[in-house]
Amino acid sequence: MSDIPEEASGIVKKFLYVNRKAPHGTIYALESLEVVLIGAAFEQDVSLAFLDDGVFQLVKGQDTADIGVKNFSPTYRALGDFEVTKLYVEKESLAERGLSKDDLMEIMYEDEDDDWEEKPSIKLVNRTELAAVMAGQDVILSF
Amino acid sequence: MKFGIVVNEGPYTHQAADTAYQFTKAVLEKGHEVYRVFFYHDGVNVGTRMTVPPQDERHIQRNWSELGEKYKLDMVVCIAAAQRRGIMDENEAKRQGLDGDNIAPGFRISGLGQLIEAGIQADRLVTFGD
Repeated sequence: MSDIPEEASGIVKKFLYVNRKAPHGTIYALESLEVVLIGAAFEQDVSLAFLDDGVFQLVKGQDTADIGVKNFSPTYRALGDFEVTKLYVEKESLAERGLSKDDLMEIMYEDEDDDWEEKPSIKLVNRTELAAVMAGQDVILSF
Repeated sequence: MKFGIVVNEGPYTHQAADTAYQFTKAVLEKGHEVYRVFFYHDGVNVGTRMTVPPQDERHIQRNWSELGEKYKLDMVVCIAAAQRRGIMDENEAKRQGLDGDNIAPGFRISGLGQLIEAGIQADRLVTFGD
């Protein structure tokens, strides 16, 4: 990307993208994903969190044909190729919406430090654990 | 301290653009540095000079333009979000074959990389939105 600045190279910060909105109905989820994809070029330590209605972003079998908007959910499965491999999903948010891990897409990445073994990117965490994840970040972008 | 500011909601519909303005003004008056103000989502709508609010209301775009002029702020409107919402500078309007531009003084259109860079360079990135 042409807008990667020279002076930013070398600094690695912990970035957390917090996704709190349903995938459709508002543009937040799509425009959050666009930031994640562009941001991947900056080689930062990136995590994503999904909570509140944001957990719906990862639900499998999404079909948007009848609402006339783009189904961008397959993009989440490609995040591993962008070295975005830490997707924290809040357990309470799933439970409150009658969802379980089985309702979510299978999102995998290849672990370069472990002989490229395929591993799941999604980590279920409870509210307290997610708070700890947030506390450990340098930059939080909430969408 | 060096701040990065993110404005994620549209003017008048939402308080975010006002609060971000008050915050930015306050930190600058306290002698802090603002590395960049980045407008995203409907926040890009702050950056059109075609805004004409009623005379007894605050003029959000003009407030930002004047603050930007006074402190030489780098005020960036996200290009992807701007194109969806019809915010154009002269170059972009020409490139898209459109008959005019509407970017406000002091604002510039650039990519999302500018947001990430602000996160990297600033001591604190402060988001105003929902």
